[in-house]
Amino acid sequence: MNATLVVEQVLNGLQFGVMLFLMAAGLTLVFGIMNLVNLAHGSMYMVGAYLAVAATQWTGSYIAGIALALLGTLAVGVITEVVALRSLYERDHLDQVLATFGLILIFNELIAIVWGRAALFSDIPQALSGHIELFTNLRYPVYRLAIIVVGLLVALLLWYVVSRTRLGMLIRAGASNRTMVSALGVNIRLLYTAVFGFGAALAGLAGLMAGPIYAVQPGMGELILIQVFVVIVIGGIGSIRGALAGAVIVGMVDTMGRAFLKPLLGVLISPTAAESAGPALASMLIYLLMAVVLALRPEGLFPARGH
Amino acid sequence: MVRNPVRTLFAALLATLLGAAPAFGADKVKIGFITTLSGPAGGIGKDMKQSVELAVEHLGGKMAGLPIEVIFGDDQRKPDVGVQLARQMIKRDKVDFVSGIIWSNIMLAVAPVVTGEGVIMVGTNAGPHQLAGEMCNKRFFTTSWQNDSTPEAMGKHLQDLGLNDVYLIAPNYAAGKDMLTGFKRYFKGRIAAEVYTKLGQQDYQAELSQLRAKNPKAVFVFLPGGMGIQFLKQYSQAGLRGQIPLYSVYTVDELSLPAVRHAALGQFETRYWSPDLDVPANKKFVSAYKKKYGTLPSFYGAQSYDGIMLINSAVVAVKGNLKDQKGMIAAMEKANYPSTRGKYSYNVNHFPIQNYYLLKAVTGPDGPAGIPVMQIQETVFKNHKDSYYKKCKMK
Repeated sequence: MNATLVVEQVLNGLQFGVMLFLMAAGLTLVFGIMNLVNLAHGSMYMVGAYLAVAATQWTGSYIAGIALALLGTLAVGVITEVVALRSLYERDHLDQVLATFGLILIFNELIAIVWGRAALFSDIPQALSGHIELFTNLRYPVYRLAIIVVGLLVALLLWYVVSRTRLGMLIRAGASNRTMVSALGVNIRLLYTAVFGFGAALAGLAGLMAGPIYAVQPGMGELILIQVFVVIVIGGIGSIRGALAGAVIVGMVDTMGRAFLKPLLGVLISPTAAESAGPALASMLIYLLMAVVLALRPEGLFPARGH
Repeated sequence: MVRNPVRTLFAALLATLLGAAPAFGADKVKIGFITTLSGPAGGIGKDMKQSVELAVEHLGGKMAGLPIEVIFGDDQRKPDVGVQLARQMIKRDKVDFVSGIIWSNIMLAVAPVVTGEGVIMVGTNAGPHQLAGEMCNKRFFTTSWQNDSTPEAMGKHLQDLGLNDVYLIAPNYAAGKDMLTGFKRYFKGRIAAEVYTKLGQQDYQAELSQLRAKNPKAVFVFLPGGMGIQFLKQYSQAGLRGQIPLYSVYTVDELSLPAVRHAALGQFETRYWSPDLDVPANKKFVSAYKKKYGTLPSFYGAQSYDGIMLINSAVVAVKGNLKDQKGMIAAMEKANYPSTRGKYSYNVNHFPIQNYYLLKAVTGPDGPAGIPVMQIQETVFKNHKDSYYKKCKMK
């Protein structure tokens, strides 16, 4: 185990965390503000990936792919909210889970009807392929660095919007006390639709960045969604700060666990026992972490105030 | 289409007469084909279904003069659904054969039910070791392989190359462990590391960083479906392609190649079949498939096409007398049909004794930016028997 490898794994963890954050930000806002459990958030991620691939193929331009994926998921998010989810805000969580699970099935089948069930080809744009030498012996893929940069920029932007703008103030107020916000004459419906669409676009952004490195296929959203729920539970529901902290923690813990848990266990217990316990424990690690956080701080690490 | 009412009436009358006289024997060959048609793995099922339909078309819709009826069932990748479908096909639809099944866990649940009901089962993919060994049954045949044989061939190939320091990666579940066990049965060189990843894992960057730090001489992986697509893309993006040779089983095939493209170039796989295998039946199958569906078939399709052809050989041997199950089993044991893999024979456990080849993903007809194709490099095993047939006490 050398220092370069540790630094490389830290970057890997950060990159995974940033990806989780883009998903978690939308989910936590929707959950925190509208009190809506949205299982279909992973579908927005999938829609983003598909739209980016399709638009890149049609136009031959990656920029067009990005634009269409962002606008497309925003539109899909808004339509979904208006058509399907509006009537669910007052219902209990179980109804919401059922309805949004139904949406997952609908989106997966729609995607399969339009693009087929086989995975689509999607590649890293020419400008972002290749490696960059960060320092001696550490060559890191440019694309992965780009993901980290985009993710951190979005985090900064979100922080600015939520804590420095009027819209952000309404969002925070909505998260604390919905009835009061609406009593003060704010069109809460419009706010909800905007937040939902915005969250969907963030998931779309994660999806379009995931396309070139993961398999673009129906059901791809569900693979990441479970980890995203872990993130918002650890970070604290409804809090952007919590989503960022939770995402980076989960990304790091998961990556470090996969990389170093087995050799570490090999030193502590016998290497043969580590051989079988290591991988099993590594894949459980983030859930164990979630259990510990739930036991010590049921509200999460950075809960939204006013709950 | 305008129907002639007199002819319709006559046909209906004739049908009633025939229906009223079952003593004439079976009027159809009914085959229940179970596969996964929904969900992320639905692409595999589609390839199998298309190949079955092509086989029926090539037979002119008839076996020994009897019309063929294939009933497709979607097991949704769930063993309980698979068993339900099999029961329904046997009890309600009165099928003469059950065929298909992609996954080993579903096969282990369905095969005993079908054979227990006294119906012949022709597996066209999964080959769990239990069915090749202690659970073997006279009514169970497969046109595919025993799961371990393919990684055994890769182990043999790397052993023949005299490689050392091979890095192994597989998902942490039963089949993942079986694949590496099969590989190690024939590979006796030094193993750099044995890494088990999460089932359905998307990101392999952490594993690839560890791998690079170890600097092995070769990498062997078993990462089926989406996992393989992700791993290959990331392996290439990490700049490892061209540095460390990558060998795999069930990771690159005609279904994943269109999604991976250039990231798969140079990939080695072992397999019992390849689209470029120079056998007349294969050429006919591959060209007809390509003409009809526009893509190359995968090995899943070839096995399913063979499954229907094997059933046909049995029905023809008993001249359409589907009551003669003994005769049909005896006929199937001869494997007397034009298989897409060429001539092969059946072992005592009704698993094929067949060749295994080394395949390489090379640039396809559309150039380096297009879809690569698999090409046979050499024969690794000739007439290979699986490792479990000695445990089979066929009754």
